[in-house]
Order: sequence, then C-alpha cells, then structure tokens
Amino acid sequence: MYAQMVETGLSTVRTADDMAADERAFQARIDEGVKIEAKDWMPDAYRKTLIRQISQHAHSEIVGQLPEGNWVTRAPTLKRKSILLAKIQDEAGHGLYLYSAAETLGVSRDELLAALHSGKAKYSSIFNYPTLSWADMGAIGWLVDGSAIINQIPLCRCSYGPYARAMIRVCKEESFHARQGYDIMMSLARGTPEQKAMAQDALNRWWWPSLMMFGPSDAESVNSAQSAQWRIKLFSNDELRQRMVDQTVPQAEYLGLTVPDPDLKFNADTGHYEFGAIDWSEFHNVLKGNGPCNRERLRTRVKAWEDGAWFREALVAHADKHAAAKAA
Amino acid sequence: MSKEWPLWEVFIRSQHGLAHKHVGSLHAPDAEMAVNNARDVYTRRNEGVSIWVVRAADIVASSPGDKGALFEPSNSKVYRHPTFFPMPEEVKNL
Repeated sequence: MYAQMVETGLSTVRTADDMAADERAFQARIDEGVKIEAKDWMPDAYRKTLIRQISQHAHSEIVGQLPEGNWVTRAPTLKRKSILLAKIQDEAGHGLYLYSAAETLGVSRDELLAALHSGKAKYSSIFNYPTLSWADMGAIGWLVDGSAIINQIPLCRCSYGPYARAMIRVCKEESFHARQGYDIMMSLARGTPEQKAMAQDALNRWWWPSLMMFGPSDAESVNSAQSAQWRIKLFSNDELRQRMVDQTVPQAEYLGLTVPDPDLKFNADTGHYEFGAIDWSEFHNVLKGNGPCNRERLRTRVKAWEDGAWFREALVAHADKHAAAKAA
Repeated sequence: MSKEWPLWEVFIRSQHGLAHKHVGSLHAPDAEMAVNNARDVYTRRNEGVSIWVVRAADIVASSPGDKGALFEPSNSKVYRHPTFFPMPEEVKNL
C-alpha cells in the first residue's frame, strides 16, 4: 500500500506475559477501542513502527505528485488541467497532514525529509512507474487512488488518534481523485478507437502494479500480526487486494476494457473474483530501487527541495527581521 | 543555513457560526505565512470562513497523568445532567 512491509523490529508478537504493567494497560486500551494520543505512554516499538508507517505514507503522497506533474502542461483541455492541478495539490496536502501526524511521535519534519531525500526512507512502489500517456492520469486516479481508498478507510479507525484523524481528512478528498480518474477513462473508452486503445494500454500497464501496491501476502508475517494487535493495520494485504479486484473488475467491464489477466474469473460460490499469480520479483526489484523511475523520482524531488532553499531561507530572514523590529 | 520552521496549530471556523475547531498543524516561518499555508492546506473546499493559527510551543495542555485529578470529580455529580430528574409523563414542556 502507501506504506508497504512496515517493520516493527519485533521477531514475535507481544503476548501478555511479555508485557510489563504499562504495556498491558496500553494494549487493554487499544483492545477497548480507545484512541492513543501523542502524550500518552506507548511502547517504543509502537512509536517507531508508526513513525515508519506514517512517514512512508507521507512520502508516497509527496512523490505521488511527480508522475501526475508530468501531464499538467499537456492535459487535453483547460478543465482537465485545472482538475489535475487540484488533485496534485490535494496530494501535497495529504503529505502535509501525514507529516504532522508523524511529528506528534517526536520526529522532526527535517529528519523526515532528509530520510526521503537520502533514499533511506521508502515510499510506495507504485510511483516508480512512468506515466506514458494522458490515459495514465485516468488509470492512476481509478486504480491507484481507488486502491488507496480501500486501504485508508479502515485506517480512519486505527488506534493512533492523530493518524486516524489525518486519514479521515484524506479519505474525504480521495474519492474525488478516484472519480476524476474514472471520468477520464470513460471519456477515452467512449472516444475514437485510438482513444479507447490508449485507455486499454493504460489499464494493461497499471493493473498489476496496482495489485502489487497492497504488498505480498502477509498471512504469516509477524510484523503484520503485531501491527494488527496494535490496530494500526486492520485487514491483511490479501483481504484488501481481493476487495480491490472485486470492486474494480465490474468497473472495467462497464468501460468495455479487458483486465490483462487471462486467469481472472468470477467464482459464483465464493462471490469473489479469482486472479492470476502476481510477479513478486518485479515488486521486490522496484522496492530495491530498480523500478523504471526510482532514480528519476528521487532526483526530481531532491532538485525541487534544493531549488526552493533560497526561498525558504528568505522567508526565515524576513520573519527574523520583523520579529527583531517588533522586539526593539 | 538550516533552521526548522516553527510548528503552528490551526483552528478553523466553519460556515455555520460554530466555534473555531482544531484541524491540524503546519510549519511556517511566521504568523502571516502560517495563515497563508493554512488556507492552502486546510480550506481547499470551503471548509472555513475564519482561521486562527497559534504557535504550538505557546499552547499549554493538560497532561494524560492529570486526567484523574481533573476529570474524575465530575463523574460523581450526575445531578448536573437533566436526565438525573425523572419527570412524570403527564407533565409537559420540561
């Protein structure tokens, strides 16, 4: 997902026997559905895991602007351009809500950004794929933001108050993203044969990376089990991925497009779609930094940060000057 | 030069005459930029008609440890709620 394979630093799930009184009381509050707030006592591993998860999520929102930024100047109409700009601005906002939530756990904004820019911090695998045609703006909104919604709606109920509240704001805005994407796909699918082929090509390229976004099966993962116990992960990767496939396949059918999976079929007994094997070697390769755009994304992000340094410094100089004048 | 911008807490009053409500926080070099940034980060969809920003460092908050001393005394004063007083069916407008 936007945060993939988050480490807890633990090799076994904590049991009541492992816990001192503080931690037992903390786990009991989570079990009762009480939100943990910034100043509450929390185990170090919970704090560190959340910092990893929330900051990875924030970095994904920020880097997620880059594939779409590629098409701002080439949007087909002024209306589409305005919509795309509004969506990209939302992504920046989502990143900012999430950085603020991470900061409540005692990490600074500068540390978070430094970790992203040095390549130490991860962001979602999905943003390392190129946006080759305008139809990709449709496919991203429909598939990628659609998947994000599936992941983020449960997180509105997660145990950490600031994260849950940030997710509520994000989810309110995210359905605009998914719908504007589907709207682009509908226009193309109803257009000329060339336009429909563009839509199909985008679906072909984004389908599998979108399924990979949810991360490998974590049924056996200690990290996921621990995160579930802490209620910062509410459904398994496979459950969320299945939900995505079940809701998206009929949407593709409505568009008259073909999901690029010869093994895809509806199982009337289970009420779910069965789908083909995912190429996890591709996923791990992208995470390792070898996706089609990893280097370009990071380079662009670092350049934007460095090019803006003089402006950030000027704002501080201005603020300092006025503060000094006021004090005098 | 690297000096992290201070953190500001943002409060927004929505359209219907309600009190300002905390919506989140952001970094900005000064109050004026904090208001500008709050406009962009927290009111992109007509969420508000007024913005307050307060330096996070200037907020004095109660601590979780004080919860008992601060809030428990009111637990025993249930008579402060109108539902403490059952009213007969036939008595109206009370």
